Amino acid sequence: MADEIILLDFLPSIFGMRVRVALAEKGLMYEYREQDLWNKSPLLLEMNPVHKKIPVLIHNGKPICESTIIVQYIDEVWKDKSPLLPADPYERAQARFWADYIDKKLYDLGKKITLTKGEEQDTRKREFLDFLKLLEGELGDKPFFGGENFGFVDVSLVAFSSRFYAYESFGNFSIEAECPKLIAWTKRCMERESVSSSLLDPQKVHDFVAGMRRRYGVE
Amino acid sequence: MGEEVKLFRTWSSPFALRIVWALRIKAIEYETVFEDISNKSPSLLQCNPVHGKVPVLLHNGRPIAESLVILEYIDEAWKQAPLLPVDPHERAMARFWAKFGDDKVLGSIWSVFIKQGKEQEEAMVPAMENLKFLEEELKGKKFFGGDTIGFVDLALGWLANLIGLLEEIVGLKVVDGEKLPLLSAWMQEFGDAPIIKDNWPARDRMILKFQALRDATIAAASK
Repeated sequence: MADEIILLDFLPSIFGMRVRVALAEKGLMYEYREQDLWNKSPLLLEMNPVHKKIPVLIHNGKPICESTIIVQYIDEVWKDKSPLLPADPYERAQARFWADYIDKKLYDLGKKITLTKGEEQDTRKREFLDFLKLLEGELGDKPFFGGENFGFVDVSLVAFSSRFYAYESFGNFSIEAECPKLIAWTKRCMERESVSSSLLDPQKVHDFVAGMRRRYGVE
Repeated sequence: MGEEVKLFRTWSSPFALRIVWALRIKAIEYETVFEDISNKSPSLLQCNPVHGKVPVLLHNGRPIAESLVILEYIDEAWKQAPLLPVDPHERAMARFWAKFGDDKVLGSIWSVFIKQGKEQEEAMVPAMENLKFLEEELKGKKFFGGDTIGFVDLALGWLANLIGLLEEIVGLKVVDGEKLPLLSAWMQEFGDAPIIKDNWPARDRMILKFQALRDATIAAASK
């Protein structure tokens, strides 16, 4: 019995990328459906009536929403290949803790850099870099946040790297200068096909962010 | 086999209560460390260096922070009386509703509570929309977890106590038994369940605390 997997997504979305990476890690075939977020499809509204957001994974007709929840779902259903969460409950709790913290902070920190100017932007850049430094501390000398293996926290974080060029460009700063270990980690992740095939090209992300800045009247 | 379980909490934190309930449901013995948020202990700061918040669970010396993360940990470390369902899709839905509670419901209820007049009326709109989703989710069920209390009930459990308190303080009905009959019934059922009922924080203390919070927030907003 073949699984039917549909992903409602939006190419520049960091949250969508997480799901693409997870699906690729598990070697799963699925149908990708690009959504128009300014003219939402009846299917999207039906599958995610509460938030009306992407990504939505539809597995054999049943929807799963919220990227971190979708990634855990994928990990639980297809548990025999490339496990993303570790086996030990304490390690799992640590992974969930960091994924939760990244979820709560990083998107807004990055977005604020691209939507502000001058002194306010300087403050945002500082907050952003401090957060990345905290993550660098958590990474330590491990190749991945998951240890020897690419795991749940890596999946949660890596998609943000597709936006780094945009943040650096609109913020006029270098992330690598302050967080070299983290940039080394992003390069290591990009060596994985699941990651390189799932993340949108940084130039395209940059152009998307430029469009959003015009839309919000920042330019 | 000595299991050492310690819970860092405050007397009023609704997030910490989730953990108290989970530990009681699983009949896990534990020690409580009450924290004063204005004067956090070195132990707490050592156990939760990232956020410095409660609740923190210490299991055999190892700390776990963030209440929903702690709930999942408890469910995995102690298999009796499972909180999350077995089926992956149902688990995903449980996580979804718990997250919805924290990300949307809490904030929208709080907005109603800390505002007044026209602003409060406007804040009621998203709050009611959110509560209606919960009402829908309860169709055909006694608890969010089905026949028994589960993960989502613990995550949303704060509603069963706090709504009544906030309604009394602002003099506004938020969960109307006619408009939200299932949610109303759930608040009663959950709130009166033996393990839950015994652990609500002192009502008069809560009224004082939240009245003061509302007054302070309104005063700050009008400056």
